[in-house]
Amino acid sequence: MNRIDKRFAELKAEGRRALIPYITAGDPAPQYTVGYLHALVEAGADVLELGVPFSDPMADGPVIQKACERALRHHVRLTHLFEMVREFRQADGDTPVVLMGYLNPIERIGLEAFADQAAAAGIDGVLTVDMPPEEADEFGPILKARGLASIFLVAPTTSRERAATICAHGEGYLYYVALKGVTGAATLNADDVAEHLAPLRELTELPLCVGFGIRDGASAAEVGKVADGVIVGSALVSRIADNAERPEAIAAELKAVLGEMRQALDALPAR
Amino acid sequence: MSKFSDLTRLPDARGHFGPYGGRFVSETLSFALDDLEKTYLRLRDDPDFQAEFDYDLAHYVGRPSPLYHAERWSQQLGGAQVWLKREDLNHTGAHKVNNTIGQALLAKMSGKPRVIAETGAGQHGVATATVAARLGLACEVYMGAEDVERQKLNVYRMRLLGAKVIPVESGTRTLKDAMNEALRDWVTNVDDTFYIIGTVAGPHPYPMLVRDFNAVVGREARRQSLEEFGRLPDALIACVGGGSNAMGLFYPFVEDDEVAMYGVEAGGDGVDTGRHAAPLASNAPRGVLHGNRTYLMSDEGGQVSDTHSISAGLDYPGVGPEHALWKDVGRVQYVAANDDAVLEAFRELTRVEGIMPALESAHALAHAKVLAPTMRPDQHIVVNLSGRGDKDIMTVAKIDGLEF
Repeated sequence: MNRIDKRFAELKAEGRRALIPYITAGDPAPQYTVGYLHALVEAGADVLELGVPFSDPMADGPVIQKACERALRHHVRLTHLFEMVREFRQADGDTPVVLMGYLNPIERIGLEAFADQAAAAGIDGVLTVDMPPEEADEFGPILKARGLASIFLVAPTTSRERAATICAHGEGYLYYVALKGVTGAATLNADDVAEHLAPLRELTELPLCVGFGIRDGASAAEVGKVADGVIVGSALVSRIADNAERPEAIAAELKAVLGEMRQALDALPAR
Repeated sequence: MSKFSDLTRLPDARGHFGPYGGRFVSETLSFALDDLEKTYLRLRDDPDFQAEFDYDLAHYVGRPSPLYHAERWSQQLGGAQVWLKREDLNHTGAHKVNNTIGQALLAKMSGKPRVIAETGAGQHGVATATVAARLGLACEVYMGAEDVERQKLNVYRMRLLGAKVIPVESGTRTLKDAMNEALRDWVTNVDDTFYIIGTVAGPHPYPMLVRDFNAVVGREARRQSLEEFGRLPDALIACVGGGSNAMGLFYPFVEDDEVAMYGVEAGGDGVDTGRHAAPLASNAPRGVLHGNRTYLMSDEGGQVSDTHSISAGLDYPGVGPEHALWKDVGRVQYVAANDDAVLEAFRELTRVEGIMPALESAHALAHAKVLAPTMRPDQHIVVNLSGRGDKDIMTVAKIDGLEF
């Protein structure tokens, strides 16, 4: 069983919500990333999303754009991400790792070569922001053949018909984008999220995780009331930005932000 | 029957031109693109819509644009007769307005009160601001901070027209970054905003509809060639950044196998120096950027490369997906013209014909200088003079060591 499915099965049995942090690999410098991943797990992460830095992150707001720029100053590329995950796996064989990024760096390596190396490194899933299921005819089966989950986005603007297609292609979990906009944009509206998740429940058994606009324990708890998992990116990455000059202090900052969310989620009644 | 007839039936239902094109966008935009596609496919065949488009092209843009015989220049080149398709005489001074008229009509029909655009040299921004002013639409134009600096005149023109120009400080601060930022705006304001893309790139259906709106250039050139010299031209030449003016000229000739076509990319310092913006001529790897798969200049890690060109309008690392396919099937030859050859062509046309071309268009002229002497005087070349050069006077003056 894929680590992602296993983790969500455990969470379901315990009645808990998944907490899924995102950081950009190599931000502020490549040698710190593995340490940050372990720190996030210690603070209660259930699944890790590791961002692949890209020169043109069209779906991201300024916080993650700047994270990409910091990482790219060190020429961080996919081969480095594979090394990071391999190193992470030496100490942590259980926490699922999902690569999140844009298609071009993956295509440049080649879809098959990418999937081979990702699987060998111990990666469990891939979320390609600019590849909707309609364009995944070739990539989807390549990932599946190596036990890698294809994770897709659903947006507030997604029609029911499209949502059905996405659910049919999706694996691991469904990433519901809570806001029209880029990452880190605004504060989400929990009632609105609940309204959009309800019809998705009828379409899929996949865990529904919500990202965009979750900043702190309170917003995590709001979303946790209706979702199976909470994804947090910009709130963490902005702490990295604030402390980019003293990277050794960042692990503690990340733990503080994520720990508060973990507490807030665990204080909710069991699902 | 042309061996290229299949090319007229593209894109396919999912916006693919062979292995290129498509719709590589984040999920939030999918519905807006579906909507746009439906609206366009309905209106494309609607006689009222077409009549309004044609009326605007005639009375607002001033079409048809002339096909001008550059007789003196042809004689000097000592070969084929060179004809200039005078898109520089359009209202706002370039071919860009053909497309913005069309898309602004779509925006109006869709009931969207706000339009956004990206711009490099500023020509598409000006053309968008112009039609927005005329239709009373709010307009915001994203422009790389470096281009804002390079093209101050066009920035002020847009502001006079009532548009807000937003300098983009991210990435390389040029056209590609402006397009990233416009896409970010669109994803945030998708309910009330129409994104007027300025070239035959971007996610489906943009490459198709921008092509269709610009194809008036080639339809006119075809008819005018028959009128002026009694047959089709032997060759067509147009510059290619994203490729909208070339697509507009070439598309109506695609099944005319006897018409050779040359797309001229920005060679910058030279394709072999790495400092250029010529993904096709340099045989760049395939990649995905701004919603479509195409030839894309990127490094081994898949990071999009910095580009270089004397002309801000061609300073783009990708190219329209239909051009990518046309390269592969051999319908069009894609070559590059270097900055120095471009400047020489710019000066030469200005002095010999009294026509000052845009630096973008001067790329096409630079290739005419190469091609014409290899042909006979009874042969004909049509060059798309896609824009006028007023906006580039400061750039050229600076090279001449003058500051105003």
